[in-house]
Amino acid sequence: MSDSRIDVKKTYKLFIGGAFPRSESGRTYEVKDSKGNFIANPSLASRKDLRDAVVAARGAHGGWSGATAFNRGQILYRIAEMMEGRTAQFVDEIVALEGVTPSVAKKQVEEAIDLWVWYSGWCDKIGSIYGSTNAVSGSFYNFTIPEALGVVTVFAPAKPSLLGLVQSLAPVLAGGNTAIVIASEKYPLGAITLSEALGTSDLPGGVVNILTGSPAELAPWASSHMDIDGIDASGLSTAQEKDLRIAGADNLKRIFRFKEAKSPQRVLSFMENKTVWHPIGV
Amino acid sequence: MTFEYSGAPESKAIVTIDPLYKLFIGGKFVAPKSGKTFTTINPATEEVLAKIAYAEKSDIDKAVKAAQDGLKVWSKMAPAERGKYLYRIARIMQERAREFAVLETMDNGKPIRETRDIDIPLSAAHFFYHAGWADKLEHAGVGENPKPYGVVGQIIPWNFPLLMLAWKVAPALATGNTVVLKPAETTPLTALLFAQVCQQAELPAGVVNIVTGDGATGAALVNHPGINKIAFTGSTDVGKLIARSVAGTGKGLTLELGGKGANIVFEDAPIDETVEGIINGIFFNQGHVCCAGSRLLVQENIQEELLEKLKRRMSQIRLGDPLDKNTDIGAINSREQLEKITELAISGDTEGAERFSAACTIPAKGFWYPPTFFTGVTQAHRIAREEIFGPVLSVISFRTPQEAIEKANNTPYGLSAGVWTDKGSRILWTAKHLKAGVIWANTFNKFDPASPFGGYKESGWGREGGRHGLAAYLKGAK
Repeated sequence: MSDSRIDVKKTYKLFIGGAFPRSESGRTYEVKDSKGNFIANPSLASRKDLRDAVVAARGAHGGWSGATAFNRGQILYRIAEMMEGRTAQFVDEIVALEGVTPSVAKKQVEEAIDLWVWYSGWCDKIGSIYGSTNAVSGSFYNFTIPEALGVVTVFAPAKPSLLGLVQSLAPVLAGGNTAIVIASEKYPLGAITLSEALGTSDLPGGVVNILTGSPAELAPWASSHMDIDGIDASGLSTAQEKDLRIAGADNLKRIFRFKEAKSPQRVLSFMENKTVWHPIGV
Repeated sequence: MTFEYSGAPESKAIVTIDPLYKLFIGGKFVAPKSGKTFTTINPATEEVLAKIAYAEKSDIDKAVKAAQDGLKVWSKMAPAERGKYLYRIARIMQERAREFAVLETMDNGKPIRETRDIDIPLSAAHFFYHAGWADKLEHAGVGENPKPYGVVGQIIPWNFPLLMLAWKVAPALATGNTVVLKPAETTPLTALLFAQVCQQAELPAGVVNIVTGDGATGAALVNHPGINKIAFTGSTDVGKLIARSVAGTGKGLTLELGGKGANIVFEDAPIDETVEGIINGIFFNQGHVCCAGSRLLVQENIQEELLEKLKRRMSQIRLGDPLDKNTDIGAINSREQLEKITELAISGDTEGAERFSAACTIPAKGFWYPPTFFTGVTQAHRIAREEIFGPVLSVISFRTPQEAIEKANNTPYGLSAGVWTDKGSRILWTAKHLKAGVIWANTFNKFDPASPFGGYKESGWGREGGRHGLAAYLKGAK
């Protein structure tokens, strides 16, 4: 009888530099389902975990931003393939935490995967559409191309948990950035499951790092970290965003809050435009 | 036998400078409420040129109100009609170009050769370029139905007074915003002449408002609740201050800030052209250029030859009367800036770098600094890290391309960089790895309204010029 079998339960851990460590602090916190029942003890990431994640993300940036856009697109598409295979797991978690019906949860997962595919296709097109050659007055060839900004920290909207995460993370990666995701405190399981998909998708270690815990605790450290270049603050309150902007001014972090789930402007926001001049002559 | 140049001064007769300039608000020149004034001087002679109205908070209130009123007309006008006003402005600036050039040289201290050939024609070109955008904004790349911010507060520096005005005002107006602009304290005159151009163009009242003053005037503008967006060009420190001030207010913000541009010379560079590029990179506009090539990164095996040629070329630079058509280097813009340059250069001496300055006669009056470079500079030296904003170059050597990139990017700034080499693939490799918004390859300090300009990292937010620059003044779906 299946009743007699004891489940093998999962230990929910962080995802840093391609590995799955616990928090260096040893801290965890309790996640409950929508009815208040215990679900998991994920890691409560610390400032030190964040700093480690930044080191991993910076280390991975040269390789990821320097990879061909086609290659990045293939890897991002591979992630969608891995997510598709985990659909049931995502659905179960969303049903448990968000308290929605399985069909609503399934719709969210399908939308999230399709959105991931949409962003993966932007990798090798964003430069064609949003770069330019510029008709300057003089004998010069002059062009502008968007390039990856650098290391971006993502505070995604808490709900819908997987779709919110995908709409914030995928454009950051499509632009060639490396990322640190601060998962939703209340609904972190989708982020943790996503890390398992990322870990099996040929994505180089460190390109995405996922921390669970308290966004409110980590936001001030992220805002003052001098090696973080940009922040998606969509999941923070306006008061938290204000504090983030004040501290973030120390290295002029690019900080944005988005409304549209599906927009190339999300990709462009975390890119810098580089303009190159060269004389024309014989 | 030595050859001497005869003087070739440009006549001042073309400009009429009023004894007192008022604020330009709602299409009229109005006195400041307090009645306070300050003076602007010619930095080449230290003569007072004019008294200038000093704007305080109540004057800013009035200017913002005028801009809000102007917005009702301007934002409802057919875009093509808005464009026509910008074309008019461009044409009048071209008609009055020599007047602008002489006035700019007198108020700023930069050579007439530069104001005549660069600042003023480029300013007019910026209006002409953006005029054509006014009725094509749906193609600007920010979404299908882009909207202006509303009233934009603009704060500009003293190094390119009219050109920075044009970079700010032209795109703001083309996109349907109205502006309250604060020129720099030491260089307000061409902005006030521009106000007269707006009158001649019959620009609707309140579309452009100009408030003169100092940092406190700028702060009052930044903090005014009626402002929807701030555009600032100036120092990184002030830029960060503004970023903190507008946090949480919902105001838009774009910043063009400081730089410490690396000008990288590889061993196969065409050496004579490179020397000209180095000269242009650091001594153009007395080095008062945020994108100056102020760090010369030279491949070790050609350093000696390059510096010998550079010294010889520097000895031919003519420093002196900015109104003389043969002058290459004019006056430092202010005593304060001269003191800053002097202090930083002395830190170069005391930290162990070796100074070379061109032998040139320094005029008895006015503010001047001779073209200078330092060798033996390490990356830790202040003159390698801090923006000097003067005619002082720090020379640093490298052995491999990778080392050049590491050194070039070893700065919190990221505005400009140069690369000199005969090899095309090396140009593109270097350009790809430099963290800078503008890369000049086998050229330097070139500007154009169609070419986006702006920095990575702590050199700012956003771009000015080109299609990309329009995004700074348009709200799209995000």
